[in-house]
Order: sequence, then structure tokens, then C-alpha cells
Amino acid sequence: MMCQAAFVYSTKFLDYHFHSDHPFNQKRILLTKDLLEKAHLLSENNIIEPRRATQEELELVHDKAYINAVSKAGDTGLSEDESMEYGIGTEDTPAFPNMHEASSYLVGGTLAAVDAVLQGKSDHALNLGGGLHHGCKRKASGFCIYNDGAVAIKYIREKYDLRVLYVDTDAHHGDGVQWAFYDDPNVCTLSIHETGRYLFPGTGQVNERGIKEGHGYSFNLPIDAFTEDESFIDVYEAAFRQIVDYFRPDVILTQNGADSHMYDPLTHLCTTMATFDHIPMLAHDLAHQYCNGRWIALGGGGYDMWRTVPRAWAQIWSVMKTGGIQQGMLPPEWQSRWQAESPLTLPGSWHDDQRMVPTIPRKADITEKNKKILESTLKYAINKQIHP
Amino acid sequence: MLVEEIMKKEVITLPPTATIADALQLLQENPIRHIPIVDNENQVIGIISDRDVRDATPSIFDEHTNHQAFRNEVHSIMSRPVTTVHPLDLVEEIARVFYDEEFACLPVVRTNQLIGIITEKDMLHTLIQLTGTNVQSSQVEVKVPHRPGILPEVASIFGEQRTNITSVLMYPYNDDPNYKILVFRIQTMNPLPVIQGLRNAGYELMWPNNIAEPKI
Repeated sequence: MMCQAAFVYSTKFLDYHFHSDHPFNQKRILLTKDLLEKAHLLSENNIIEPRRATQEELELVHDKAYINAVSKAGDTGLSEDESMEYGIGTEDTPAFPNMHEASSYLVGGTLAAVDAVLQGKSDHALNLGGGLHHGCKRKASGFCIYNDGAVAIKYIREKYDLRVLYVDTDAHHGDGVQWAFYDDPNVCTLSIHETGRYLFPGTGQVNERGIKEGHGYSFNLPIDAFTEDESFIDVYEAAFRQIVDYFRPDVILTQNGADSHMYDPLTHLCTTMATFDHIPMLAHDLAHQYCNGRWIALGGGGYDMWRTVPRAWAQIWSVMKTGGIQQGMLPPEWQSRWQAESPLTLPGSWHDDQRMVPTIPRKADITEKNKKILESTLKYAINKQIHP
Repeated sequence: MLVEEIMKKEVITLPPTATIADALQLLQENPIRHIPIVDNENQVIGIISDRDVRDATPSIFDEHTNHQAFRNEVHSIMSRPVTTVHPLDLVEEIARVFYDEEFACLPVVRTNQLIGIITEKDMLHTLIQLTGTNVQSSQVEVKVPHRPGILPEVASIFGEQRTNITSVLMYPYNDDPNYKILVFRIQTMNPLPVIQGLRNAGYELMWPNNIAEPKI
């Protein structure tokens, strides 16, 4: 299936840079783009420029005082009290020069992706600079300043009046987006993540189902540490299929954090590239089945930036562009271009050798527990109008 | 933590002369399971639970339901005397009462006046807050020898990394009295520098621990 797809990119994305030792590094986007170009999957005419989100657009989700604080932090700096209040200047989200501008381009990138799809210019659009799902109304957190996904959903609601399904497969709970639409029945959120028992942010339990009119439109699937491909793919597929059937969205927005991979240093899930084939393949299928193809995909976490993220994110584009995933060897020019900079040996092929997966003694328990969680998550996700 | 900090201040009550039908209605319309019975001066003279009310109502299997039972006044079924607590009592002590007496609810009384109510549910909510899981955070568990000064020693490593601690819990280590488990929830998505710092200082971590590495 050949679809029209847009890839949002500008070197301005690389300006969202905390410091050289920080685990969040947007060079991942450049590595992905270069991989796609060398694999002849991405050409100049696929790329659209991000715009800079306006103050009014940021205010769809964030407080004016917070936006001012971000501007000030990247300019003259904040006082100790202001830093604490707004979560800027912490180890997770340190201030950096022009942080407001850099963050606004990430949000604008996601808005450009939304417009490309909803104005009918593309079937799908990908903004790997976005997916900063922890950003809160008036607080930076978890490497995120502005929450581009939340701004984009509000923007879709106000400008296009469409019902949005947000699906977040980052290993961390998509809390910022969930809370932003917790009482909204026109926005349905699904987050699949490592249980918050140990992992940041700690929320995302099954019983977080939304409040008021929004009750029944927040779904959480907290899976056990050391979950492997098979169980991850099982619960992802079952949850996504049932929820899309239940909610019947007009458009699907996915957050594609690539940190559930076993190489990721910050999390404890145990997936391989096989999971990252299934994630975009199913999103693509369901977008065509339910939403006339309307699918916007964002980036997100992913801290094994050399080996895992470029391959995982390149597959999203491959699915958007060609309808399928890439197999076999990576273009050797990509390795030779980046190997000198990478502290780790770059992979040679699109997929992992399954023999590298460690033996997890509790695998059967983990699989069973994830199944139970899935049942509980989906308990009320039955569309009575369609399935009386 | 004091009772007055976690008690509910709006209390649904009934006078002793109210009927069982009144009580049943209140229990159905509100998310409550206990109703303190107060006199004209707002003094607690009894308490009824949903179980008391259910015991006093006819079985759903009775064909000829006797509606007379609903007209009885609540003083006829209320428990008394009532165990009450003071707003300045410690939450920890109240937990003990809940556990030992198997109550699920205690009226809060000051100078003979009903001023609040505290339930097992409020207590569990407090427990959730104590564990710190209601704030964005990551969890680290450290096994330490049980000796004076250990907590500030461990905590200083978090301070050096400028990592904010949102909660600390101390558990026994199995049955070994020589060790304790310290559980920290810390306000960061990247606990790696702290974990490295703890390992460098020679502490044994319970989590993260034994994380399997890739085989090849």
C-alpha cells in the first residue's frame, strides 16, 4: 500500500539540547533521518518544515506564567524559587539557552504534522521531535518542557473538532497527556508502560480511568519489568484493537518512545526490534480501518540512541511510506558515517539476534500477570451501540 | 500526622428518632457505610453501619415483606457506647485501633461535639501519600546495616546529585535485625547517577538489582 506521508524535520530540532551528558538527545532524529536517506526511503519532497508554535497555541495546555518562566530560564535565568516551582533547572530538565524557542519548534513540528494530515495533504505524518508526554500545565518534568502531544490534541479539538485516540507505547507512563484530557470524553488515551512500581513517574495504574464525563476514556496498561516481545505485542495488539473499536476515533495520534527495548539504560522492559515492527504496523492498519488513514506519529523517549532508536523510528516511517517494515541489512554507509562517533558498535541489520535476549526466570508469571492486567484494563471497553 | 489533617469534616448524621428507612436512603445516596447518631447538641450517642441496617431489614427472599421493620427508629439498632477519637490523635495510633478493634470508621469528637469522621479508606489514602507514589518519581531500594547515622550517609548521595527525595520508607530486611531496607522515591526520570553513586559508595541495592544483561 503506498500512502502519502510527511516527515517533519529541521535542524532546529537539535537545539533542544540540555547538555552533552544528558540522556535525552535529539541527535536521534538526525541519526534516523540519515538512516532513512541512506536506505532510499526518505527524499527531500517528503520533508516538511516545523513551524514555531505561537504563544496562544502553547496556552492551549500551558499556563502563561509557566511559558514566561521557560522564556526567562533560557534568557536571563530563573531564581532558585522559580526553578523549583516550574521544575526548570533540575537535573532532569536543566535550563539551556533559548529553551523556549527550541521547545516551541518541537510543538510547532507536531502541529505541522497535524495540519498536513487533517488538511488532507498527507495520509500520515511523523514528527520525531515530538512526543514529550511528561510536560505538565505549569511544570517541566521528565526531560519535557512543553507537551506537544497535549497541545496538538487540544488544537485538533478546537480547530477540527475531531475525536482523538492517543496511543503511547513509551516505557514511561504518558501522564502529562492523560491528565490534560482526564475529564474529556472526546479524547481517549491509552498508555502501555512499565509498571510505575519502580519506574518514573509512578502513575499509570489500571484504575486511572478518567473522571466526570471523561470516565472510561483513559486506559492504562502497566506491564511488568522484564516483559519480552511476545507478551508486549500481545497486550498492545489486544488493547489497541478493542479500544479503537470501542471509541471509534476520527484520528489516531501515537507516541513512539523507543525505550522499552532491552538495551535501554533507563527502563527494565526486555523487548527487541520485533516489538518496534508491530507498533507502527498495527497503528497503520487501524488508522486505515477506522480513520481513513489519518495517523500522526510522534517520537518520545529512547535512551539507547545509537543502536535502538534510529532503527525503531525508521521503521515507523517505512510503514507510513511503504506499508511494510524493512528487513535485512542496514545500509553500510550509515554505519561508516556514524561508527566513529558512537561509543557502542552500531548494529548491522534492521533486526536483533533473538539469541541475545536474556533468560528471564519469571517469564511465565510476567506473561500471566500482563494478561490479567489487560483484562482489567479492557473491562469496560465495550461499545454497546455496536456490540449490543 | 494528626487525625484533623486527614479526617472528613462534612459528616452525614441522623437523630436517634430517624427511621431505618431514612438510614437506608442515606446509605444508598451517599458513598458512606457508617452514620453517627447525634442528639440535639451534636453529641455522638451511637453509630450504625450498613451492616446494622441490613440486619434490620427483611430478606429479599421473603415473599411477604414486612415493611413495618423500616419504621423502627435507629436508636433501636445503633451500637453504643461509641469509640471516638480526638482531632489531635496521631494517625498511627488510629491505625492500631482499626486493626485491633476491626472498626472501619471512627467519629472525631472535640469537647463532646462531633467535628469529623475518619475511615479506613482515609487511612489507606494517607498510606499511598506516605509511599510517595502520588508524585512523579522513580524508586530506589538500598539494603543498609541497622546502625546510627546510616540514613544521612545514604541520603547525602542523593544530595550530591541534586536529586530531590519525595518519600523515604524504612522496612525490616526479612527477619534479620542487623539490616534495614531503605526505600526512596526520587523526583527524577534518570536515577542512573544516583544508582552509580550508591554503588560506588559500596551500598547494596535491592532495586535495581540483578538486571539481566544481553547475552550476546
